[in-house]
Amino acid sequence: MIDVNRQGEVWVFAEQHGGRLEDTPIELMSKGRHLADILGVQLSAVLLGDNVKALVAKLIHYGADKVYLAEHPLLEHYQANSYAKVFYDLIHKYKPQIVVYGATAVGRDLGPRIASATKAGLTADCTDLQIGDHKTTDGQTHKNLLFQIRPAFGGNIIATIINYDRWPQMATVREGVMVMATPDTKRKGQIITEKVQLSPQELPIEILEEHTRAKKVDLKAARIIVAGGAGLGSKENFRLIWDLANCLGGAPAATRAAIDLGFIDHDHQVGQTGTTVRPSLYIAVGISGAIQHQSGMSQSQKIVAINNDPQAPIFDVAHYKIVGDLNEVVPRMIKAIKEKGFKEAIESKS
Amino acid sequence: MAYNCVVLVKQVPDTKRITGKAMNDDGTVNRAALPAIFNPEDLNALEMALDIKDRFGGTVTVITMGLPAAVTTLKDALYRGADEAILVTDARCAASDTLATSYILSCAVKRIKYDIVLCGRQAIDGDTAQVGPQLAEKLQVPQITYVEKPVEIKGRTITVQRNAGNGWQKVKAQLPVLLTVTSEANVPRVAAAKKMMKYKAAMTPAGVEQKIKAENSHASADEVKELAVQKCSEMDKKGLLIEQWNLDFLKADLTWCGRSGSPTKVHRIQSVVLASKETKSVEPTDEGLSGMIHELLEDKIIA
Repeated sequence: MIDVNRQGEVWVFAEQHGGRLEDTPIELMSKGRHLADILGVQLSAVLLGDNVKALVAKLIHYGADKVYLAEHPLLEHYQANSYAKVFYDLIHKYKPQIVVYGATAVGRDLGPRIASATKAGLTADCTDLQIGDHKTTDGQTHKNLLFQIRPAFGGNIIATIINYDRWPQMATVREGVMVMATPDTKRKGQIITEKVQLSPQELPIEILEEHTRAKKVDLKAARIIVAGGAGLGSKENFRLIWDLANCLGGAPAATRAAIDLGFIDHDHQVGQTGTTVRPSLYIAVGISGAIQHQSGMSQSQKIVAINNDPQAPIFDVAHYKIVGDLNEVVPRMIKAIKEKGFKEAIESKS
Repeated sequence: MAYNCVVLVKQVPDTKRITGKAMNDDGTVNRAALPAIFNPEDLNALEMALDIKDRFGGTVTVITMGLPAAVTTLKDALYRGADEAILVTDARCAASDTLATSYILSCAVKRIKYDIVLCGRQAIDGDTAQVGPQLAEKLQVPQITYVEKPVEIKGRTITVQRNAGNGWQKVKAQLPVLLTVTSEANVPRVAAAKKMMKYKAAMTPAGVEQKIKAENSHASADEVKELAVQKCSEMDKKGLLIEQWNLDFLKADLTWCGRSGSPTKVHRIQSVVLASKETKSVEPTDEGLSGMIHELLEDKIIA
């Protein structure tokens, strides 16, 4: 734990794998920039690895004033003990007021280990970060705290968490919820090269094998998403989702319920425990619209919902409400799309 | 070679079954309106420990921190095959965040001889996945999170396949270690009828005392206490006594427990209202759908 210090910087953990920066820290740089500007302090990225100096420029282009660079052969592959030790030492040396990590597999493994060692607070899986004041029950006001905003209780409530006495204020932030800034290649920043001392004893885990599972679908990048829920009834019937997605050039997705029923692979999950998406068009088919699902898709530009229950909560967030049997509506919709596409193609030719 | 496993479990409200009734008007959660269940991924952690015991021998001890009612979760663990169950309960644990929780649990685990500590990846009420790694740090053991396959152990070396987010890793470490287990790792066994018969009567000392009080309404406090001590020792001999530990017994430093041990505080809770913009009803007919597609094309939503 470090003391409350108003001059402390805002830090972003610059997660990289094999010399490639993850998307999440880049997304976090724009949010971090915003927070640092409100507080009038510097934004720094913390980059750990081996031979990763080439990434420094990119971090600066995305908004860092400073990059703390800690290179060591033993930091080539991430592991909790070694990374936490190096990070812990940096926190105690420079006393940042805020530290944010992506809520990736690595961030969620590393953050709590550091929080425990520093005896500081950590809020998991934030969907927003803001700066604000907090009044305690005894009437004290703490100014300019980090508001760590996250869904809780299965997504049924939104909690704003703060941390006013033991700093740094730390949070992991969900992937894909912060919007990546446009890089400014003219931006200048400072590199602080750190000496790292590690011995092999500080790496208790030996990595024997490593396999990258290519994601079967990149929902974050899809402009159109067609998602199915438990209402589809069977894996065979889930074919309707694929068909509709195919004719729109969209990506098929699903709710957790549909995935638990084995209709489609987990990579396609939208919602609180899946991917957060904001496509131009989201078509929800046979989805009742549990809050956990809504929190992952309600930011879509247009939402079409098809459900036979006129009271289904999904209609609360839909722009187009279609009450009907999906087995009839979806084929009709495919037909309508094909006809339109056909007609408009002819019109544009003539 | 036999291994001693300690499994940390949590009783949680079933957040999947949340309904309007489960929310208070002020947007807070009415926990009483939700059924309390065994946190799903903690069942996977328990199964992994039981599987290790089946293959190599050893013991499985289950610990939970919670209200006295969490004893039902411990009994469920006994029905499924755990050897021993410990309830950590103390009013001073209330309002603990993940850091304070991991500290209290570390005090409990340190009292037990263990080779492997297992936790579910995360609990469905908070979804933080923080207590496992924080506990590992407090115990000063390596953590292997997101374990997705049954483990291999040879001597003091454990080999584990874990989900690394964008893929998987096979890693090796020396015992002791802490594992956090995902739902992919196994299918938890169900309660065994024989064990249910055996452990149905299992209770904590506090539960025993309460029962005796109810059954002997005329007895004095001292008499109740005496009867309870007697009954507890009988039950202990039969293996039916669920250990109950408080913070004094754990010699926990109270600065690091409950509210004072929790750096994170709640600033505000809001219930989720995802308000719709404008909802247009579309008839499920060819004309209705065709009109909608036309609008989406006009708005350049679809190309």
